Order: sequence, then structure tokens, then C-alpha cells
Amino acid sequence: MINIDLAIVWAAIIGFGIIMYVIMDGFDLGLGILYPFAPDEESRDVMMNSVAPVWDGNETWLVLGGAGLLGAFPLVYSVFLPALYIGVFLMLSGLIFRGISFEFRFKSYRNRHWWNRAFFLGSAIAAFAQGAVVGAYIQGFAVEDFRYVGDALDWLTPFTVLTGLGLMAGYALLGSTWLIMKSEGHVQQWAYTIAPRLLLAVLIVFAMVSLWTPLVSPEVRGRWLDQFSTIWILPTLALLCSAIVYRSVKRQDEGLPFVMTLGIFVFTYLGLIASKWPIIVPPNYTIWDASSAPESQLFLLLGVLVVVPIVLTYTAWTYWVFRGKIKVGEGYH
Amino acid sequence: MELDPLILSRLQFAFVVCFHAIFPVFTIGLASYIAVLHGFFYKTANKVWDRLALFWTKIFAVVFGMGVVSGIVMSFQFGTNWSNFSYATSNFLGPVLSYEVVTAFFLEAAFLGVLLFGRGKVPQGVHLFAAITVATGTFISSFWILSANSWMQTPAGYELIDGRFHITSWIEAIFNPSFWYRFAHMGMASFLTGGFVVAGVSAWYLLRNRDVEANKKALSMCLWLLLFLTPAQALIGDFHGLNTLEHQPTKLAAMEGNWETRSNVPLLLFAIPDQENQTNRFEIGIPSMASIILKHSADGVVPGISEVAPEEQPPVALVFWSFRVMVGLGFLMMGVALLGLFMRRKGRIFQNRLYLRALVGMIASPFIAVLSGWIVTEAGRAPWLVYGMMKHADGLTPSLTGGMALFTLMGYIAVYGVVFFIGVFYLTRVVRNGMRKDPIEVHGEVERPKRPLSAAHTPLDDDFSDHKAGASA
Repeated sequence: MINIDLAIVWAAIIGFGIIMYVIMDGFDLGLGILYPFAPDEESRDVMMNSVAPVWDGNETWLVLGGAGLLGAFPLVYSVFLPALYIGVFLMLSGLIFRGISFEFRFKSYRNRHWWNRAFFLGSAIAAFAQGAVVGAYIQGFAVEDFRYVGDALDWLTPFTVLTGLGLMAGYALLGSTWLIMKSEGHVQQWAYTIAPRLLLAVLIVFAMVSLWTPLVSPEVRGRWLDQFSTIWILPTLALLCSAIVYRSVKRQDEGLPFVMTLGIFVFTYLGLIASKWPIIVPPNYTIWDASSAPESQLFLLLGVLVVVPIVLTYTAWTYWVFRGKIKVGEGYH
Repeated sequence: MELDPLILSRLQFAFVVCFHAIFPVFTIGLASYIAVLHGFFYKTANKVWDRLALFWTKIFAVVFGMGVVSGIVMSFQFGTNWSNFSYATSNFLGPVLSYEVVTAFFLEAAFLGVLLFGRGKVPQGVHLFAAITVATGTFISSFWILSANSWMQTPAGYELIDGRFHITSWIEAIFNPSFWYRFAHMGMASFLTGGFVVAGVSAWYLLRNRDVEANKKALSMCLWLLLFLTPAQALIGDFHGLNTLEHQPTKLAAMEGNWETRSNVPLLLFAIPDQENQTNRFEIGIPSMASIILKHSADGVVPGISEVAPEEQPPVALVFWSFRVMVGLGFLMMGVALLGLFMRRKGRIFQNRLYLRALVGMIASPFIAVLSGWIVTEAGRAPWLVYGMMKHADGLTPSLTGGMALFTLMGYIAVYGVVFFIGVFYLTRVVRNGMRKDPIEVHGEVERPKRPLSAAHTPLDDDFSDHKAGASA
């Protein structure tokens, strides 16, 4: 019995960690994707300054998620990583390069354009790779006897390219609405201009993925179409959020576009979980198949229950300290 | 030629872990040193300690940042290249490695920020407390990592069910038989690394007559420390060796270059191990000395490498020579520290340029010794990934091809090469700038707290100050 309880507890923790990562690192990756399109160098300063105090805290969720998966659902760890081998490498390289650009862009002048490029490329590659992971998860993996048996590039299909581009667009939308909230003047006006276009791109990919998913995954098709169920409320809410994003951007609201973009992400994510639950390594393995031994899940749970609230408190405190607008030519002192 | 994913994966892991290890081994020692400096300042209110603490905190920030960046890759590498191993050992390694991450975050969340950015903003006692907590935290991090590694060397507290390790006793597994030896040996190595780097950099400043008062103090305290720590490390290493003899006799035999189980084993100073013919081609040694060290008697019987079949033997020459590099450097460090004691009279340690130059050169020695030591212990347990239980070949990712492994190996070398180049380049600028006020501080450049590297304000480009000066004119 305890096994079942712990697996669900851990699924909730990991699920929470993933969405925390996606929405928090999402907006700073998004700013990186938008970097080359920014109107001028001043805007780039503002963009980077608006996330500088928080981005590495955002990425801690990724590392916690990786380690937590090994501890709680080792099958996910030992199937996803071999299956996504090249993608994982690209994502890590991307994250490393954008990490060091955060550090060195402000420390250099002559070579600043190189750091701009590294920041853009690193962010774009990492975002694409993460989107492709989502697509690969929907597709499922060739697993026999708890081991990945497919090829190196099985994950790279037209479908995963679409989800990769989709997540890039989604992150860029998050980045632009974050910028609306955190900037003013011409930087903010630029963000107001691009947000609706990014929203359109997101909706197009959203529609394509929704139509395509039942084709790549029969189980998902069954779940959504065989009986009309309450899960349809999730995409409905996601669309409602999109509509509010559009209206609020047109009305030049400052906070609402970002909050509603978060809503799009959360409801889409919940929809994805509802499509697959309780399968965690598609097409066949459930969270219980993927679990580590109950004593291991319990041992780790004790530490996580102590630390996660502290990390959350600290995170909230950091955002509170660095609240407010970033002005051109000004950082945090 | 067929590319072998096993060799390439081992190379890749060795490369990444060696690259990563040099940062924490330094920061762990340095964190303690910074805490001591803060303690002295708190007690004596002598500004010199504060200036030293400020300077070394900048260095700490940069190296810590590089350690974090290079470490992220490792938490994924177990899965990408060693998925069978990860799956089989996840019940132990999963929680233990997660606890390391959790500790590190807790530390970063709560105290690193205060240490790096709290100067003048929090009470001095709180700042000291943060420094002590960060130093303690680095040890807790290494505690978990070394526990995981030691468990792979001397597995304990488990039962094997369907090819997966299940933990029956967390205490026995975490505090497995080689754990305390490795932890002590590594902890001491961190102190030695911190000590030799601080001594070397202080000597470099003294050679240039910069900040003489502060650097004399730093050099003097480091040399006192090293005088006691270098022999202590030799002693701990000796105990660690006896522990290895008990639990991993083949590794020890490879370290000694001893092929046959016999008494009166000589201590070899030089030899060319010939794995094919299972013998040494050329030997110079001290008769019976290895028997005396290991068994405390000349006719003590020491097990040889040939106790196990050739395919279960480690690469003897690599282990044998890495061990000699480590021990040789250990004695060199001891000698330099001892020489410091004799030269202390009349303050000659501060004036003798030859000695100061030697200290600058010694900066590299603890790093090389640590990496050699890790090569001894890691190559020495080959072909075992979990000693006696799981071989490297069985832990490999089944779907991994040689081409994939080669691609990421080259990739990581390229990425780390860039990171390392920029990092070291930047560190030398921080050192050259020394205890002067940084241009960025002078010009009031934006400060973006909470990230380690921001604590160092030195610019990366030469023309940064010119640009800022021009802009403000």
C-alpha cells in the first residue's frame, strides 16, 4: 500500500517541479530567444537585468528534477536520457553558454556582441530541446525489458520539431509578457507589439499539436475521443487564457498578460498529464513500474519535504526583493 | 575501426569528472580559509583580515561558479551513458545524489548570497556565521558525493533483487567500509589545495611588492597550516591504503606493482609493468619495504595482481604510475612546507625570491596530486563499476553507439575548453587586479546579486575602464 501512496506523492512532487521549471526558466529562456530581435542594446540590458537576479534560481529546479527522477522514478531517468542522448547534450551545452553569458556580458564591452549571440543561441537551443522532449514523451519510446532499445535520433521527427518550435514560441511569449510587466517606455512598447504575434504562433502550434497527437499516440486519442469527459475543460481554459492575453495586451495591461500566459502553460501541461496519466514512460510503463524501492522514495522524501518549502520561500522572497520596473541604464544595486 | 562506446564513455566520464573535480577540491578548502579569515577579523578587528577575506571571496565566487556549471553535466551523465548502472543502483545513488543537490541548494538559497553580497549590509557576526555555514555546506556536499563513490568501491547495506540493489541499511550503505578514509583523505586534500593556492598567490604578490602586509600574514599562516597538514595527509593516506588492502586487494597490488602473492614484497620506486606477461620489466625498489608498510613485518604476505584473472585486472601501469605521481608530489609538498619552517627565522620566507617562486610553481601540485589519486582509485577498481558486483560493460547504456559517445565526448571537450579558457583568463585578471578596488566598483556598474560570479567585479575586457570613463565624461 505504502508503495502506491509514495509513487503518487512523488509524481506530484516531480510534476510540480517540472511546471515550476517550465514557467520560471521559461520566461528567461524566452527573453534569450527574443534577444536578437530587440530594438537596441539598451533594451537588451533591460531584458537581461530583469531576469538576472532570478534565473539561476529558476534553473535549480531542473537539477532538482533530474536528481529527483533518479531517486524516485529511475526508469524515467534511465530511458529518457539514453533516448534523448544528443538532445540532452545540446540542451546542457545551451544552458552552459547562456549561463556564462549572464556572467560576462556586463563585464565586457568590446566583446559584448559575442555574449549576445551566446545568450541567444544557448537559450534557443535549450528551449527547442525541451520542446522536443515533450514531443518525444507524447510519441513514446522503444523500450524492452525496462531498457531503451531505439536509435540515437528516434526522438527527432517532424512532430518533435513542431513541439520544439512550439515551446520556443511559448517561451518567447512568456518572455515578452514578462517584459511588459518589468519594463517601461520603448522597451515595453516593443514587447506589446510582439506579444500578439507570438500568441498567434503559439495558438497555431497548439492547434497543430492537438490535431496531430491523436495520430502519433492511439492511447491519447482514446482518452480524448472515446467518451466525452471533463478533461476537455483544460484546453478550453487554456484557450480562454489566450483570449484574455490578447485582450489585455491590446488594452496595454501590465500584469495580466503574463499571469494569463502562465495560465496557458499550466492548463496545457495539465492537459498533457491528463492525456497520459498514469503512464510515465510511454507507451507502457506507469508511475508504479517506474518507481524506485519504497524505502528509497521514503528516505528521499524526508529531505525534500524539508528543503522544498525553504527553496520556495527563498524564491518568493527573491522575486519580492527584485519586484518593480527595470529602467533603462539601471540595474539592481 | 569500430568505435567502442565503452572506452569512449569511460573517457568521457573521466574527462568530465576530472575537469569538474578541480573546482570543488579548491573551493572546499578555500571556503574554510575564508571562514577562518572572517573569524580572525571578528576577533581582532584588524582590517588586514577583512581585506584578505574580501579578495579570496572574489576568487571563491568565480571558481564556485565554474564548479556549478561543470557539475550540472554530471547529474545527467549517469543516465545518458550509464543507464543500466543508474537503473540498477538508483535505490541508493538516487537519494544520495539528490541529497547532495538538496544540500547545495539549501546552502545557496540561504547563506552563499549573504557571504558574497552581505558585506557591510548584515552585522559582522551574521557575515561570519554565513561564512562558516558555507564552509560546512561544502563539506556536507562532498560527504554525499564521497559516500556515493565509496559505496561503489565497497558496497554495503544492500541486497540484490532481480539485478537491482535494494538498501537494507542506510547507515551501513552511507557509512560503508571505505567511506571515512576517503572522506578524510579528500577533506585533507581540499585543505592542502586551498593552502598551496593561497600560499602561491601570496608569494606572487610578495614578489611584486604588492599588499605586502596582508600577503605576509596570509603566507605565514598557510605555511604553518601546511607544515601540519602535509604529514597528516600522508598518515591518512597510509590508513586509506590499508583499508584498500582489506577491501580491494587487487587495486592495492596494482598500486604496488606486485604481481604474485608473496612475502618480502619490495617497495618499488621505478618499474615498467608489463600486463601482457603479468610481470614488471624493470624494477628498482627497497627490499621487503612494501611488506613492512602493509603488514608491519618483512615476511608479511601481500596479495598479488595475478590472484584474479587477467580480464578482471585493472590497467596496472596507469594505477602504478598515478600512485607514484601522487605520493611523489605529496613528499614534495611536505618538503616545501618543512623548508618554510627553517626559512622562517629572520623572515626569509618573505624575502627569498627563489623560495617564493617555488611556492608560485607549487600551485599546480595539489591539483595534479588529487587527479592522480582519483585515477588510482577509479582505474584501480576496473573492471568493476560496483566493486565485485557490476562491471563497466554491464553498466553501459545498451542503445549507446560509438559514434554517439564520440560526438558528445568531443562536444564536452569543446564546451568545457571554452568555459575553462574564459574562467582561467578571468581568474588571472582578478588576481592581477588584486586587492585594488575594481574598475566596475569604481564606476558603479550594475550589480546583480545572488549569483556567485557577480561577487567578482573585475572586467573581462581591457578597454572596459576606458569605455566607462569615456561614457561618464
